[in-house]
Amino acid sequence: MKILTANRLTDGIAVWYADGGWAETVGQADLAHDKAAEDRLEAIGAKAYADNEVVDVNLIDADVVDGVVEPVRLREKIRAAGPTIRGDLGKQAERAA
Amino acid sequence: MYRYDEFDHDFVQARVAEFSDQVQRRLSGEITEEQFRPLRLMNGVYLQLHAYMLRIAVPYGTLNGKQLRMLGHIARKYDKGYGHFTTRQNIQFNWPALSDIPAILADLASVEMHAIQTSGNCIRNVTADHFAGAAADEVADPRPYAEILRQWSSVHPEFSFLPRKFKIAVTGAERDRAAIQTHDIGLHLKKNAAGELGFAVYIGGGQGRTPMVAKKVRDFLPEADLLSYCTAILRVYNLYGRRDNKYKARIKILVHETGVEEITRQVEAEWQELKDAELKLPDADIRAIEAYFAPPALTDRPEGDQAVKLARLDSKGFSDWLDQNVVTHRHPDYAAVTISLKGIGEVPGDASDSQMEAVADIAEKYAFDELRVSHEQNLILPHVARADLKAVYDALVDIGLATANSNLISDIISCPGLDYCALATARSIPIAQEISQRFASMERQREIGELKLKISGCINACGHHHVGHIGILGVEKKGSELYQVTLGGSADENTSVGEIIGRGFSSEEITDAIEQIVETYLGLRLNAQEKFIDAYRRVGPAPFKEALYAGEAKAA
Repeated sequence: MKILTANRLTDGIAVWYADGGWAETVGQADLAHDKAAEDRLEAIGAKAYADNEVVDVNLIDADVVDGVVEPVRLREKIRAAGPTIRGDLGKQAERAA
Repeated sequence: MYRYDEFDHDFVQARVAEFSDQVQRRLSGEITEEQFRPLRLMNGVYLQLHAYMLRIAVPYGTLNGKQLRMLGHIARKYDKGYGHFTTRQNIQFNWPALSDIPAILADLASVEMHAIQTSGNCIRNVTADHFAGAAADEVADPRPYAEILRQWSSVHPEFSFLPRKFKIAVTGAERDRAAIQTHDIGLHLKKNAAGELGFAVYIGGGQGRTPMVAKKVRDFLPEADLLSYCTAILRVYNLYGRRDNKYKARIKILVHETGVEEITRQVEAEWQELKDAELKLPDADIRAIEAYFAPPALTDRPEGDQAVKLARLDSKGFSDWLDQNVVTHRHPDYAAVTISLKGIGEVPGDASDSQMEAVADIAEKYAFDELRVSHEQNLILPHVARADLKAVYDALVDIGLATANSNLISDIISCPGLDYCALATARSIPIAQEISQRFASMERQREIGELKLKISGCINACGHHHVGHIGILGVEKKGSELYQVTLGGSADENTSVGEIIGRGFSSEEITDAIEQIVETYLGLRLNAQEKFIDAYRRVGPAPFKEALYAGEAKAA
């Protein structure tokens, strides 16, 4: 399965495409289960890039764990959570708050 | 230290205005990311995993209290309360919004700082010995020459689009604390038999995926010829350096592929055309720049000896810190102090906003308002009266920056790694923290003695692992982090590239492996004076391999 991710242009914050917009957390990201859905996400990403909403757009591998979307690769897990050495920073801190 | 003249002020202000306009045009969608990317990189703005990153230049690592206080202010106002001092004597902020960067640059300009040429394929921040101007073993202060190079290389039209980035380092002492042999150009300031100043010139050093020790191409270049000779080197590189492959584009590859003899011939031939023309440095100009770096008026403070003696009796902590983090100054009543940014279990090179402000206060009160950033990611107070050392120590204890571990195993260089960096393949900071905690006992660290441990989270080697006595390289293998160990590297006047010792270790195994290497060294050293690097050079890798892998061979 794939999800669409990018960084927001204005502040660089990592975002994921979910439910028609760009969410600041990965958990509810739109999943692409097949090639057609991947193409659809890719087109959305390309348009958002062209519209100067986001930069560094990528389709990445994801799983669903306990009903929540999680990226597969460590790099993407860290992007989705924040630095592993600073639990007080990034998305993980916002979740805890 | 150097003060901006009218031209410098105008130049930096103009750049702030220009880049602010570019940011506005980007945010409004007037320019695309493709158009903007090279512009932001020329101004130190990267995009990392979590956010943008802004790298700010600290020319040759020198700054004053006001500047450090401004960095603290930026950390608090625009970032998340901390900054990261880098191996290029710069500082990075990890969380700035693009929309705030114009304001940050304006704040920086108000204290004569900027982020120009901290990225891109240009001549980067010229680095220097962090004890420059203070070291007892120095022939002359290398920073005036670094400043001359900075002025010459700033938006140099011919050298703004090189095949790849270009790094120059300068040292003024035999003992190389600036790692000059790992740079594109390394300059060793020295005196000839007639007592004249000049440089031994090294070219083609570098780390990354193809580590190379620089080759000496000149034993003595008169100081007046500094710019013409560097121009000749850069011209040859700019002309013949490879542009077809990013990974083969550094001058080290050109030197390696061309051969030292031939490239020296090419540089010398180019130089013949340049050496008596307008790039020849007039003596008056060199002396004028030198005057900016005139040492502070160090009045005699002979009471320091007695004060230090008494304070030592009073405080073991102070005594240990004195032995480890304080070095001899050229003036006997003074000392140079290393402020460790490597507290046990802390992130190497990170300092909080309030720590930066407190260190700025200390520098202003006790250190003639002078500070340095070392390439080993620590801060330095280059001139402190010995009589004031205890007061400085106490002030550092108050802010948690008095760890007495300079040059010990926990004084680790570490790149940001996969916790921040978009290029990284593995985390490096948590490994540094775990090793630091494993060796938390200062007594044990002192028993081990000088040991330079350096960690990179990818093959680009920002954490200098190739030249660590013990180097650790994190890679990704089958979706997991794997850590390769190299031994025997060093980045001083006897620069060497470490050798891979064997198969890599998982994140759970790596600290045990490091401990085993250290225990092996302790078991085989001739005496407590034989440093790790000397012992390794004497015995080679075999005993370490045996200790790490013998069990496996038997099991197999």
